[in-house]
Amino acid sequence: MENDNRHIVLKTNDLEIGYTSKKSIKTITKDVNITLEKGAFICLLGQNGIGKSTLLRTLTKVQPQINGDVFINDENLNSISQNELSKKISLVLTERLPESNLTVLEIIALGRQPYTNWIGKLTEVDIKKIESAITSTNIKHLKHLKHYELSDGQLQKVLIARALAQDTDIIILDEPTAHLDVQHTMETFQLLKNLTEIHHKTILISTHEINLAIETSDTLLLMTNEGLFTGKPLDLIENGDIKNLFTSNTIEFNNSKKRFVLKN
Amino acid sequence: MIQQKSYRNTFILLSIVLISVWFLNITLGSIHIPFEDVFTAVFNGEVSKDSWKTIIQDYRIPKAITAVLVGSGLSISGLLMQTLFRNPLAGPFVLGISSGASLGVALLILGSSLIGGISAIAFSSFGMAIAASLGAFLVLSAVLIAANKVRNTMSILIIGLMFGSLTSAIISVLAYFSSAEQLQQFIFWGFGSLGNLSWNELLIFTIIFLIGISLLAFIIKPLNSMLLGENYAKSLGINIKQTRNLVLIITSILTGAITAFSGPIAFVGLAVPHLTKLLFNTSNHKVLLPAVTITGAILMLIADIISQLPTLEYTLPINAITSLFGAPIVIWLLVRKRKIFI
Repeated sequence: MENDNRHIVLKTNDLEIGYTSKKSIKTITKDVNITLEKGAFICLLGQNGIGKSTLLRTLTKVQPQINGDVFINDENLNSISQNELSKKISLVLTERLPESNLTVLEIIALGRQPYTNWIGKLTEVDIKKIESAITSTNIKHLKHLKHYELSDGQLQKVLIARALAQDTDIIILDEPTAHLDVQHTMETFQLLKNLTEIHHKTILISTHEINLAIETSDTLLLMTNEGLFTGKPLDLIENGDIKNLFTSNTIEFNNSKKRFVLKN
Repeated sequence: MIQQKSYRNTFILLSIVLISVWFLNITLGSIHIPFEDVFTAVFNGEVSKDSWKTIIQDYRIPKAITAVLVGSGLSISGLLMQTLFRNPLAGPFVLGISSGASLGVALLILGSSLIGGISAIAFSSFGMAIAASLGAFLVLSAVLIAANKVRNTMSILIIGLMFGSLTSAIISVLAYFSSAEQLQQFIFWGFGSLGNLSWNELLIFTIIFLIGISLLAFIIKPLNSMLLGENYAKSLGINIKQTRNLVLIITSILTGAITAFSGPIAFVGLAVPHLTKLLFNTSNHKVLLPAVTITGAILMLIADIISQLPTLEYTLPINAITSLFGAPIVIWLLVRKRKIFI
């Protein structure tokens, strides 16, 4: 076994996620036990409204968990400050950037903020990281464009480059291909897969691209009404867990085609 | 931020313009004074007429310095508000500062008829400055308390606007019960004025201004990451609540002091950041903050020159001039470039 590579960067322990208000606690899912290994490409699948975003928000400390623990490199998430966390996890969100005059280069450079001084001065190291992020995502030609001049596909690459420049072990992307066409969707999966292989990043994405997820991911996380299933894509197909993803009467999972098809 | 084009030449040019406009401002006025005399008076030399020296040193220089502080302070506040609310329409007065100050002054001038027996001292410019500060401070505290209860930054914008409506309603009620004379005095305060400050008042003004400016050092970096939106800023390790509070505090210090000493001066805070962004074509606060400071000062000095109308003996209300000449410029720039950013 390749024990050396099996470094666990993120782990949850009986995590219960949901929303708390003064009056009530609304649990979305409990008993979430996941382990993310270094260099793995993990896809989080689930129906709309099942709580994918809530899980991602909890893992990134945007919202507090109800019960259980999240560990990042064996350190409890609750004891990590926001500033330290920004050196461990970077994000690519679905929300649109506010319209500003920022150039591509400036957006990517903002990824270095956790490391820069009070006024945000970039050092040699920072500039090297930025250049390498640009090279890895292959966007050299976009460098000097303003962000509003970019297409959705280009912008997504820029935001991934920004996350790379942040130089974190873990990158979490919330539906990174939501606005993209087939070509850009596939390219994005390819790019993310490459980043895990070449740069040994641990990348967790939520997505609705089931087929691509089965094809490319190392691990699938299935959020279903029956609870959370996790495993290698082929294992989940073989043991039938993947069928829990949808409980509709109109579609079913076809094992030989490895995808959901309409029932006859 | 990286391999950035140098803005040095633009800054040098703007500084030269600022100094020239400043001298032009104190040269022009209802009484004609030759430029050589103006120049020597500034450096406390021998001037042909003693009265000229008094006019320059005790009237025109304080007024020109006030113009610089007012223009810079309002522009900085406007830039901060636009970035915080990610809304190009935000200005320094959206937090209800101006309406709070108006309420303070309205209570002093208009409310005196209801209470009666307030001495004449209360109506001096200093008394009005105190009333304006208190009013601004009270309304702003209310907005800040409400702001800390809501998580959404946009809600703060609306809360500020609501407080604005509330105070103007109170002012309307007060105005309804006031005499024509009192109303006139209140309206005159609303015109804004740069010229009523003594050297002592100016000193206080400058100190408050510098305190506000020095706090900017803490927020340049957070402001830049706010350009990506609050969630990204947070993921970059920025403490959103602390940044938000600092921005609100700086704005209230600057705008509060300006309104207290010069009245509610409209338009500058909204427009100068846009003019500056068009000029510099960047959103980086490291460049924009010093840039709006200079541009705001220049614009205010020019507005003051126009308001004095060198050949006439009238001085037009500064508040009208800023909008009258500023608004068409902004419209023209936007029509030409068609896009407007935070």
